[in-house]
Amino acid sequence: MKANITGPDTRDTDLERSQLRAELAETWKTPRGLWGALATVDHKIIGRRYILTAFVFLALGGILAALMRIQLAQPEERLIGPDRYNQIFTMHGANMMFLFAVPVMEAMAVYLVPLMVGTRNIAFPRLNAFSYWIYLAGGALLWLSFALDMAPDVGWFAYVPLSGPQYGAGKRADIWAQMITFTELSALAVAVELVVTIFKQRAPGMTLDRIPVFVWAMLVTAFLVIMAMPAIMVASTSLILDRLVGTHFYNPAEGGDVLLWQHLFWFFGHPEVYIIFLPAAGMVSTMIEPFARRPAFGYLALVMALIATGILSFGLWVHHMFVAGLPRLGNSFFTASSMAIAIPAGIQIFCWLGTLWDGKPLFATPLLFIIGFIVTFVIGGLTGVMVASVPFDTQVHDTYFVVAHFHYVLIGGAVFPLLGAVHYWFPKITGRMMSETLGKWSFWLIFIGFNLTFFPMHILGLQGMPRRIYTYQPDMPWHGMNLFVSLSAIILVAGFLLFFLNAIRSARSGAAARDNPWDAPTLEWATASPPPSYNFARIPAVSSSHPLWNRSDILAVASGLRTDRRELVVTSLVTAEPQAREASPRNSIWPLWAAIATTVMLIWSIFSPWAVVWGSIPIAITLIGWFWPKGTPEDES
Amino acid sequence: MIRHATRLVCVVTPALLLAGCSGWQSALDAHGAPAMSLKQLIILIVAVCSVVWMLVMIALIIALSRNRRERPLPIAPQPSTQRRMTITIVAAVAATTVVISGFTVMSFFATRALGVTANDELTIKVRGLQWWWSVEYFGTSPEERFETANEIHIPVGRNVRLRLEGLDVIHSFWVPSLAGKQDLVPGRANELLIRAENPGTYRGQCAEFCGMQHAHMAFLVIAESEAEFDRWTSAQRQPAIQPSEEELAAGQHAFLAKPCAACHTVRGTTASGTTGPDLTHIGGRKYIAAGLFETTRGSLAAWIADPQTIKPGNNMPTVPLTPEELRAVSAYLASLK
Repeated sequence: MKANITGPDTRDTDLERSQLRAELAETWKTPRGLWGALATVDHKIIGRRYILTAFVFLALGGILAALMRIQLAQPEERLIGPDRYNQIFTMHGANMMFLFAVPVMEAMAVYLVPLMVGTRNIAFPRLNAFSYWIYLAGGALLWLSFALDMAPDVGWFAYVPLSGPQYGAGKRADIWAQMITFTELSALAVAVELVVTIFKQRAPGMTLDRIPVFVWAMLVTAFLVIMAMPAIMVASTSLILDRLVGTHFYNPAEGGDVLLWQHLFWFFGHPEVYIIFLPAAGMVSTMIEPFARRPAFGYLALVMALIATGILSFGLWVHHMFVAGLPRLGNSFFTASSMAIAIPAGIQIFCWLGTLWDGKPLFATPLLFIIGFIVTFVIGGLTGVMVASVPFDTQVHDTYFVVAHFHYVLIGGAVFPLLGAVHYWFPKITGRMMSETLGKWSFWLIFIGFNLTFFPMHILGLQGMPRRIYTYQPDMPWHGMNLFVSLSAIILVAGFLLFFLNAIRSARSGAAARDNPWDAPTLEWATASPPPSYNFARIPAVSSSHPLWNRSDILAVASGLRTDRRELVVTSLVTAEPQAREASPRNSIWPLWAAIATTVMLIWSIFSPWAVVWGSIPIAITLIGWFWPKGTPEDES
Repeated sequence: MIRHATRLVCVVTPALLLAGCSGWQSALDAHGAPAMSLKQLIILIVAVCSVVWMLVMIALIIALSRNRRERPLPIAPQPSTQRRMTITIVAAVAATTVVISGFTVMSFFATRALGVTANDELTIKVRGLQWWWSVEYFGTSPEERFETANEIHIPVGRNVRLRLEGLDVIHSFWVPSLAGKQDLVPGRANELLIRAENPGTYRGQCAEFCGMQHAHMAFLVIAESEAEFDRWTSAQRQPAIQPSEEELAAGQHAFLAKPCAACHTVRGTTASGTTGPDLTHIGGRKYIAAGLFETTRGSLAAWIADPQTIKPGNNMPTVPLTPEELRAVSAYLASLK
């Protein structure tokens, strides 16, 4: 209605500041109430939802871990039987990898990347809404199956033949395979949105060498998702075919190959590690600047290291199969490539150390998490070098040494930076600061608890304790250290509880945050905290890699966008010169319907292959509704 | 008591660990040539990596705590500082490259050394099943072939080639004190060379998740002198002894009359099932149920009476026996030395 007052084709240059804001708010708003919540395509609302959901899954996965630690605290413990234990460790792994770690990184990017590149919404915002609903459905499927005592029990890697038709009873492995489909669908959708957003929607002047390192990291990550996920899609689909329609992809008796599964799984599974780690590394490179109060040393080296890690990550997968009996020379090649990944990792560590060295550190909670990250991630990286050696690996593969190693990499290497990032971007997202006192307490509890819990596991592994055992006998020399580990986990849990408490309390009653409370240099801090629905009243134009640290002038802006319809600036790939005004889709309920139809089809296909045929009809209908022109100003462009 | 004290030391002082703990399933308690060379490699790599970690930590501590002159914030990088930092970082990356290249070359030669064979090699076939191990010895003629389960006897000081066969799902054969692990993959013929330098009993365990009872799939490797080994093999080749007492005869009768014989073999009787372990000399084996209990008449009776409570999910059904039959069958099996 408001659009009529100012007439058609209103440009932002025609309006006064306050009028402009009111006009944009009307155009980009998400209506209040349930309908608005279900139909919104605002990347900030969806991103917030994504982040919250991922942290709920983190908490649930943590409860599973605590249960396992109670079970293993002493030998022959009878709290959890083998069947339930196998479900629990499978759920813990699958939940943490597919429902927490990958989605939470993408969720942070869904929220932050459009702000950091200075645009008004993510590319393909309806796809973004769809991806969240699909992710939620996949998570609900997995956890409902656990509540019904029919959760997958074949490990997060679901090796055949154990997960195959002959040994994997019931529908458990099928639920695992379809949960994979859900999460890979949502991850692929977000990856495509991020690539397009980063390539085509950057603020004018944000040339390739002015992109914040976190955004670079998400770009590389998005490409990894696009290239790695098809392998697991092929793997899980052929597993379902083996189980449901009697194909023999993995049946050696009929010419199938058991190791084919492992190749496909790890061709995805190893890049998966970097899909989790690279965003975290990008967060560190971006966060270290305001806390070292100096531009990150070696921008080019940091970006090149991200790209090199991304490329190398596709050449390492066999190091998960060193004891499967592959040819020795082939194994040696993968030793070399796995060791080589230490070079880009080393480059990043050295650049961060250099930045801190020449900077003037401000010891706020995010920096503490960065320091904790460097301490633990270097341990995880070095044990990674150890397991890259074939002979070393034959003694520690599938033992608690590996459990220790990848928790150092995933918690130390990814969760620590993520927790730092939550403290850092919390004021932007909520408009309130997190408590520094509670933040520091939670950091120390998590840091100390983590190391006391996971370091002894290296030793347990060398002492011969295999992974994935639901109990052990009293005559094994493991009980003392297992008890120690389980008790230490209490400190870790306390740290996480304090973190959650801090986040919830601060969201309600934390101190109000300024637009740029950390005096940070990147564009997300150039708008209000929390940002308005349209992100920026005028699109910023940048002339350096640290636009908010250039005191010489106030931030320049690009203008000429219409305000009566959703519009954003499309810029060129390399130099980010403005090319066009592009319409951005309005809110729509259809992504939700499409997600529901897809969910029905995917779950139905666990039981009957015909679901793929009949289930695609409702999907087609919802997609037609999704793309049907509604006669809105955006459709007319 | 002494062993208990050693365990305590292991737990309390992890630093002592690399000196070697006397776990009986530990990669650091090496008693075979392959495990010994692996242990050396492990200690060397861990030592070098520890030094690397400490150097990084020293750099981090200095970076965070050094005195700084006052400069306007945010700091504008100075060209001279940038140049010095670039040189330092290039040097650090070069050092990283040297270290990992060294590790790669060492790994390559260590792997090659593990595969060296000898002429007087003994070959044993090991099959992994849910959730136990079948072991087959060959000898020089078909009559010398025999099977046993969950216990592998080898002569000290001789290379033993294990032909590993996965029959149902993937398992992994691992005796850390003697050698690194190797998977048993259905449809693939894998091999592993083990060797014991000292006589002794070494525990091993399945290392690849293989289903419900993955935790209870242990086995023993018993290394003994060549003479003892020969005595053991010739005893194993013999069929089971015929019962001499009335109770044992009743036990044998019940064993053959009930479903037991459908799954188990006792050579010298009509029992010739192949689903479960060969029981011809079960009384002489140290453990039953893949390392779960020491073999006694009592543990055999407990196992037969209720295998699903003791090892939930395993493939042995509860065979209904009267108390008398249960006593007799367990006495009979315990007598099969």
